Amino acid sequence: MKPLPDILSTLAEYMPISVAQHISALLMAQIMRRHRDLFERLGEHRCKRFAFAPSDLPLAFVVSPNGPSVTVCRKPPVPEADAAVEGPLFMLLALLEGRQDADALFFSRDLTVTGDMEAMLALRNALDDSNIDLPNDLGAMAGPLAPLVSRVACGVRSRVLAEGEASWS
Amino acid sequence: MELICPAGTPAAFREAVDAGADSVYCGFRDETNARNFPGLNFTRDEMAEAVSHARQRGVKTLVTLNTFMRAGQEDIWYRAADDAARIGVDAVIVADFGLMAYFAEKWPAQRLHASVQASASSAAAVNFLVEAFGVRRVVLPRTLTIDDIARVSRDIRTEIEIFVFGGLCVMAEGRCSLSSYATGKSPNMNGVCSPASHVRYRREGDELVSILGDYTINRFPDGEAAGYPTLCKGRFHVGEQDGYAFEDPVSLDVMDQIDRLREAGVSALKIEGRQRGKAYVAEVVSTLRRALDASASERPAILSRLCMLSEGNRTTTGAYDKRWR
Amino acid sequence: MSAGHAQFTRATLTLGPVLYLWEGSRWRDFYYRIADEAPVSHVCIGETVCSKRQHFYEPYLADVIDRLESAGKQVIVSTLSLITAERESRYARAMIGDGGYPVEANDLATLGMLAGLPHIIGPTVNVYNSATARLLAARGCVAICLPPELPTESVRRIVAETPEVAFEVFAFGRVPLAISARCAHARSKGNIKDNCRFVCGEDPDGLPVHTLDRQPFLAINGVQTVSYTCQSMLADMHDLMAAGIARFRLSPQCCDMVAVAQVHEDVLANRIAPEEGIARLRAIYPSAPFSNGFHHGKEGAAWIARQAAATAPYADHETDMAVS
Repeated sequence: MKPLPDILSTLAEYMPISVAQHISALLMAQIMRRHRDLFERLGEHRCKRFAFAPSDLPLAFVVSPNGPSVTVCRKPPVPEADAAVEGPLFMLLALLEGRQDADALFFSRDLTVTGDMEAMLALRNALDDSNIDLPNDLGAMAGPLAPLVSRVACGVRSRVLAEGEASWS
Repeated sequence: MELICPAGTPAAFREAVDAGADSVYCGFRDETNARNFPGLNFTRDEMAEAVSHARQRGVKTLVTLNTFMRAGQEDIWYRAADDAARIGVDAVIVADFGLMAYFAEKWPAQRLHASVQASASSAAAVNFLVEAFGVRRVVLPRTLTIDDIARVSRDIRTEIEIFVFGGLCVMAEGRCSLSSYATGKSPNMNGVCSPASHVRYRREGDELVSILGDYTINRFPDGEAAGYPTLCKGRFHVGEQDGYAFEDPVSLDVMDQIDRLREAGVSALKIEGRQRGKAYVAEVVSTLRRALDASASERPAILSRLCMLSEGNRTTTGAYDKRWR
Repeated sequence: MSAGHAQFTRATLTLGPVLYLWEGSRWRDFYYRIADEAPVSHVCIGETVCSKRQHFYEPYLADVIDRLESAGKQVIVSTLSLITAERESRYARAMIGDGGYPVEANDLATLGMLAGLPHIIGPTVNVYNSATARLLAARGCVAICLPPELPTESVRRIVAETPEVAFEVFAFGRVPLAISARCAHARSKGNIKDNCRFVCGEDPDGLPVHTLDRQPFLAINGVQTVSYTCQSMLADMHDLMAAGIARFRLSPQCCDMVAVAQVHEDVLANRIAPEEGIARLRAIYPSAPFSNGFHHGKEGAAWIARQAAATAPYADHETDMAVS
């Protein structure tokens, strides 16, 4: 899968954490608005904290489904959480949307998981059933610019996924 | 031949239907099925919805009730049986004799399939299930060669289903307590093998260490493809050597033998993987559908892309080929 | 407890089939000694793991059966745990046809063939509840050795709800955990099953499997995988007997099995405390640590020590308890 464009990681490096935090919280709220049952499948694991650590960003995201809330921090180190997953950002986003099979990414060592595997599995299955579609979900919050945002995001996604596929077919 | 596809969630179910499944198999969200994993499976409402979604598209729904009833709590299984029958599923896949008898008595019209967990590995065993419970189809264990299957098929009066792609049980199914020996939880009793609750991954230097309960199951050097932390595919020290005592991390693929399987009397081909994501289901089902519809010479090219989705990024024909033994 | 169980009949011991490949004459001598000296009521004979081994014992079978019968043992013919080949089905049918001795079914094929005949169900047939046990009883089964992974709550309930059957639990030995079409034993020596050269005969007590960290874990016995630990029910035999268990199965390992049987008999007869029995058992079979986790609903490899309070009736043996 394609590495993150330099400009994005540079941006993330210099962006004040409070700004990253604000943006992440907005995005999460938007996803929760459009997928109210997202965490229903988590059951007892709803109270756990999940860390997402894109290997190509100097940031990590800790999601607490119970809030729901998200906390952004700089890494290393990967922040404390019950379970953590590490991998390229676009791969993590593809997992979020259920466009990639997590087991396959684990077998090929693209993805690293640590901590409470039961909680992580529950989250994986919850996300897989959720039909999250980031371009559409996030486009919807861009108001009048929604169609444009969706189209650009879709374009980026298909380019990245296509390149990813080319590498394993 | 009927192509039977796995679904762990309603989203995966829809993918399987869209991708060309003839039947989809799935289970309720509890210990009545052998993929009792966190966050997986169907509520009663989701099941009813899935059945109706599939039926409108000419696709059958098979419900797995393939664990063994826990003494004293049989009601959990009986309720699941009643609900499956009331929802009108096309077949139930059952392993426990007591539960088979319940269906035969209480829901005699319900089509009953013998799960691979029932461990019927010979014509005599299959005939026992047919005669005792009216089983209409048997899922044969992954212990038989294709020639064995052909011989069994001659001597039985029921349909044969086999696994052709996905996870490979190295041990005879329904007769393995390796998982409960290490964790206290087993496929037969709890519907789990190497449960996630007992799995840990640890990085040690350049190695990814997988641990089940108190036992190190494997150490993967950087760059080496990994597998599930199942005991039968763990790396151990036997004699003077470190190695895969039972089987490498590989998964099953006998799609290149479709014609021989048909001749052997197999009527349904099953894909393992209710625990896999919907992306996997969509990819595997659509590819196998195309392979089934294609000529023998076109198949290898169609199938080659699936290898990277497999455990250890490798596949095997398993016991279907005598040399595997 | 249900009325059907003979409440005041003390449980007895069954010697399970030899799971490993032993040289024919050793196998014969083992059973001769069992016949002459071991306090067991039932003896299972017959190959249960691999049909390729059957010819090693066949020359001695008739003599062994004679000796056991003259010694007053109830002989049970055990059959294969995994029947796939037609030849294996035919063999099982022939064993049943021979008549004379009750047959123990370890696979559905044999189970089907035994319909209507009095027979026994071995530990590798999946009996997890009384619905299944009662159904098997209705088809002619008179005794069931329950699956080793079954926790005690399930054992109690099945026994209570199925008075028409005599129940047995796996009380001593490395626990059969899995069986495969593939031979891991042959594989460990670079062979495949069809060309195995009977290398399993080199490990008459099982071939140990350690983790990569050299932690003992399992043992390989041909196509079968057994536990590294040795299950022991000594501490729980009285409770199980009170729950209606009729027999305790001792699975032969490479040790003095007559002494193993004697220890169990002594515990059953209240001649020694279970704790002392365990200490003696450790001396008789020091090769593997004991486990009883399955019985307690825990991981099978675990050893759950008895609570001090539960040992009260054996206060005389406090010193022995400290040793164990």
